[in-house]
Amino acid sequence: MNIPYRALAIGLVTIALSALLFQRAQAGGSHYFAPVGDPVVKEECGSCHLAFPPSMLPASSWQRMMADLKNHFGDDASVDPATARRITDYLLANAGDAGGRRYGDKLLRGTSTTNAPLRITELRKWVREHREVPAWEWKHQDVRTKANCVACHAAADRGYYED
Amino acid sequence: MTRKKKTLLLGLTLALASATAQAAPRDDLLAGYAAAANKADPAFTGFSAARGEAFHRKSFAGGKADTPACTSCHANDPRTAGRTPAGKTIEPVAVSASPGRYGDPAKVEKWFKRNCHDVLGRECTPQEKGDWLSFMLSR
Repeated sequence: MNIPYRALAIGLVTIALSALLFQRAQAGGSHYFAPVGDPVVKEECGSCHLAFPPSMLPASSWQRMMADLKNHFGDDASVDPATARRITDYLLANAGDAGGRRYGDKLLRGTSTTNAPLRITELRKWVREHREVPAWEWKHQDVRTKANCVACHAAADRGYYED
Repeated sequence: MTRKKKTLLLGLTLALASATAQAAPRDDLLAGYAAAANKADPAFTGFSAARGEAFHRKSFAGGKADTPACTSCHANDPRTAGRTPAGKTIEPVAVSASPGRYGDPAKVEKWFKRNCHDVLGRECTPQEKGDWLSFMLSR
């Protein structure tokens, strides 16, 4: 019998490579957080900083944050009541322990859903993922604050937070 | 009139209408600030883009330490983009570079309120607002 070794080998290598790529793509998937889709939320929460994906925090964090916009990490970010309600509804519906679970699940692992931090950068998983970033890089004039995701994650505004 | 001419005329009318649609709220906004400025100081004679320019670049002590001036976030030249402390790009504040600006009075007031508190530690006076806006409309 004439076995086509060459063709078989090429076929096997192709399958192996696609499997590897697929795995990587899936792993990359855990670094995807659906960006804010509501235009009002995007405008109100995305003028000063990136409009952070709601799936990055549990609903209880968003609730506490929206209850005190007058003291928003040192800034007065208050909005009118109707706007505040719309933003709160959106954040709660898409929070990492609600509608956005499939994006936020990994980031929020080990985080209390009732006593979570208000800062995404204080989540245990966030701290661990960024432990190799040296202090000088945070202080770099193009970075300056840990809230400036896009400085390193160029596609963060589209939801991608790979290295 | 031919069909082509009609379309052209319609297009022109629409373009003009959208241009005035932006200009009208701005005029109303300035008129409102002028009325308030006049009430506060009967000697008020009008806004000045030159005063607005000086205000834009001036450093104040009453606000937050990291934002002493408008130019802490907005560019010194209002026709170029600025940057927030959290790294977000701010579109130029000069109308020539950002033609869509100042068409929504509520939005203008919202940012005056926030930014004046951050920079000056108080509300801006109607005259300061009108001067600054006049500077931006002139650029």
